[in-house]
Amino acid sequence: MMGDDANLSVTIAHIVQRLKGTYLHSQIERHAKECLHQPEIKLESLKEDVRCFLKTSGWERKLQNAVYRELHSHLPPTHPAAPPEHLKEPLAYMRKAQATWEKRVLKSLNSMSSELGVPLARMRGAEEQKELRNKWNEMGTDEPDLSSFRPVYAPKDFLEVLVGLRNPNYDSSEDVSSRSHWGLIQAPLNVRDIPQLRQVFTELNLTTGQLGIDDNAHIHPDLFENQYVLVGKKVVEDQDSAAAQQYSRRGCSNGLRADLWALILNSTNQPPDVMHYEQLKTGVIQHDLLVDNLIYKDVKLTASNDDYYFVFEDFLYQVLLCFSRDTLVLEHFKYNSATPPKAYIQGKAGDEDFAVVYPPNGVIPFHGFSMYVAPLCYLYNEPSKLYSVFREMYVRYFFRLHSISSSPSGIVSLCLQFERLIQAHLPQLFYHLRQIGAQPLRMAFKWLVRAFSGYLSTDQLLLLWDRILGYDSLEIVAVLAAAVFAFRAENLMEVTSLASAEAVLADLSTLKVMPLIQIFLFATSM
Amino acid sequence: MASKVKWVTDIEKSVLINNFEKREWTQVTENEDWNFYWMSIQTIRNVFSVDTGYRLSDDQMVNHFPNHYELTRKDLMIKNIKRYRKDLEKEGNPLAEKDENGKYIYLDFVPVTFMLPADYNLFVEEFRKNPSSTWIMKPCGKAQGKGIFLINKLSQIKKWSRDSRTSTFMAASSGKEAYVISLYIDNPLLIGGKKFDLRLYVLVTTYRPLKCYMYKLGFCRFCTVKYTPSTSELDNMFVHLTNVAIQKHGDDYNHVHGGKWTVSNLRLYLESTRGKEVTNRLFDQIHWIVVQSLKAVAPVMNNDKHCFECYGYDIIIDDKLKPWLIEVNASPSLTSSTANDRILKYNLINDTLNIVMPNGDIPDCRWNRSPPWEALGNYQVLYDEEQALSESSERDLRSRSGQSLGSKGNKGSAGVRPTAATWK
Repeated sequence: MMGDDANLSVTIAHIVQRLKGTYLHSQIERHAKECLHQPEIKLESLKEDVRCFLKTSGWERKLQNAVYRELHSHLPPTHPAAPPEHLKEPLAYMRKAQATWEKRVLKSLNSMSSELGVPLARMRGAEEQKELRNKWNEMGTDEPDLSSFRPVYAPKDFLEVLVGLRNPNYDSSEDVSSRSHWGLIQAPLNVRDIPQLRQVFTELNLTTGQLGIDDNAHIHPDLFENQYVLVGKKVVEDQDSAAAQQYSRRGCSNGLRADLWALILNSTNQPPDVMHYEQLKTGVIQHDLLVDNLIYKDVKLTASNDDYYFVFEDFLYQVLLCFSRDTLVLEHFKYNSATPPKAYIQGKAGDEDFAVVYPPNGVIPFHGFSMYVAPLCYLYNEPSKLYSVFREMYVRYFFRLHSISSSPSGIVSLCLQFERLIQAHLPQLFYHLRQIGAQPLRMAFKWLVRAFSGYLSTDQLLLLWDRILGYDSLEIVAVLAAAVFAFRAENLMEVTSLASAEAVLADLSTLKVMPLIQIFLFATSM
Repeated sequence: MASKVKWVTDIEKSVLINNFEKREWTQVTENEDWNFYWMSIQTIRNVFSVDTGYRLSDDQMVNHFPNHYELTRKDLMIKNIKRYRKDLEKEGNPLAEKDENGKYIYLDFVPVTFMLPADYNLFVEEFRKNPSSTWIMKPCGKAQGKGIFLINKLSQIKKWSRDSRTSTFMAASSGKEAYVISLYIDNPLLIGGKKFDLRLYVLVTTYRPLKCYMYKLGFCRFCTVKYTPSTSELDNMFVHLTNVAIQKHGDDYNHVHGGKWTVSNLRLYLESTRGKEVTNRLFDQIHWIVVQSLKAVAPVMNNDKHCFECYGYDIIIDDKLKPWLIEVNASPSLTSSTANDRILKYNLINDTLNIVMPNGDIPDCRWNRSPPWEALGNYQVLYDEEQALSESSERDLRSRSGQSLGSKGNKGSAGVRPTAATWK
């Protein structure tokens, strides 16, 4: 008990520290000062009256939302004696694997730079700056020659690393008889099975109304949808992050989703945010980075050819280029197992005094990265708003999909969870696919890394991401991947090669995700 | 066993032929007996022409109405819509109500348009009211974006002026084609900064009574180049025209998606960024203008019972989410630019045939033209005049029997929509 209290006060002190000096802090202070002139504020009950004022004028709610956001991502270590790297990743072998992977990625970036003779960064000339400023809104019309640029890595390179993960303290020969050797992931992590998932995802059960199921055109909207949307409007009106998150578990209606997500993420798009975005834009215009070419290439290879997202090509450049310059992203490395790569000022290689984080946000984009942004373009048509929601989504969720960690939402756990779910509930299928050389994870990995973006139709993808936000967890992605295999199990049992198995799973754009997840979790016999 | 349908087409498109073959119909030549002829608009002219035309028998169907051009030629469509409004106004129909600026409240759905050279003087008058506006010139009889250009100065169309001793009659012979000139929608809704128009497919099986269907799988056609309303770009047609035939020549044309976005994507985007209510209102308005355009031509259309027609409606949405009818195509392109496009067009023909040739049997032009709802596929009934009339007379009966005494709200017939969103 004593320990809990101590922890709590550490947490409080930590959050107070973080909120000090923020825009919100100064706003609240200013309004508190201004309210002193109001007649209902009495000197004898000053503290109470100001508090009351802050409550009724909505500032208390805003403060609550800010605290809620801090609680989400900036928790101090649970044990005061724990070294800070334990907040990044408690398991040493995971940290080591991540570091090795980073070295490899950085090396490939550096060799690209030297082979192509393209510097990691350079200042643009005045003329070039002017030109870029003019075509900021139509960068997609530019067709630079990117043929020599290759993505630094693709998901399948990353999968090989995950497959090679071993815990040196774990003797796997002990349970040689168990199923755990069937799959590709051999890291011993604790992942939830179906009974545990049922407890976590309790709102998704068969009898609870859901968007994505109970708003079907054949069901009269009075039965569920209309009332549910009314509640959603109330949630948006109340501006309460926690309520919005709870609401999102059963899905957000299209008309309210943009507001609800921004509320959950506490992405308020205040004047300083807009200004920050403009500064990033200036940064893009001033400096040319090697990673810009990778971003360009990625958008061209993915979103530009996508039936759903090609329309937003220019928004994607804007958001991703700004993102690469955003040093606020660096904060998330406190709790991300990854460490931002460093580059050295010319001629000072290896000298830590001349090391700079590269790219400035510390994130090297890989093949498919732009698909994290693309679906959000359906929700926000204002670039600065789109940007702040994306950044928040990234530092909360997406980074976990390409960092090696033991987090339950991390890619390793998701892979393992996916394999375990199929092993436990579709053992014949798993065995069959493994026999023909079509390991399920080899086919599902790309879905997991992108949280299904680019594979589902956008409406379905948004329904899935509603649940990611609602449950504050990426586990639902692994569940859906397993559910897709369950849904196509009959066809998959008939295939005899990896290519034909891949063909069965090639087009997911007709799937309805919520019925699949619900049936898999709640209507599968155990 | 019923004998097989004998089909002809003068449009060698796989989406057509595959559909006929799937039904195991028999291909014949146009000189043989045929039951079903999917023809170009050039051919339909001959089939119904006074000199060479012939009588169609009861077991023959064609895919155009004889004078479809009343709707599908830009100048005639405008003429018919203008006449329709005047007629309604004369009747004192509430639909023809105008606002304080003299604009129709419910019937203002085509951009201000004039014929050239015939209406040159009227145009000049209008132009001078708003000299900074941009206008778009389109030849009356051409499609796919051919011959279109933008103007913002009178001098650019001097040769269509009447003072240069030309009359409408002379226009054609002197190499001056008849044109329509329309106010250019210079505030189009942009998505991702790009301009687009909507292509919707509408099937009409009879004009009197009017029976029409909307295809659910329309699409948006995007310009590949960023939209800029600046006049310096007036010559860059890629900015302004969304026709695939034009866009295909742009450097940025993408052969995977062809610049096409489904209507369901549009709906999701609009619901998400603008809200569900305004999105519903927009789609209701689109349906409304399609029906009104068909009603406008119904009285002059030769409602030949051997005919049906699948139209390609081109609609532009402005940034206030108001839809504008730009034009109607009689022979929407059946060329497929992408794989998805081919599937869409194959299904469009399939669903069309299921409606106009029930059960794939030998046609009988006396059929009642009410397919069962299972046969509709991706079509949805847009307007069924017969049903609407019977419903409204039922309503009249009910109100006369005293159930809603004192309510004058029932005056309008079905399809009359004093307020948006609920006219269906």
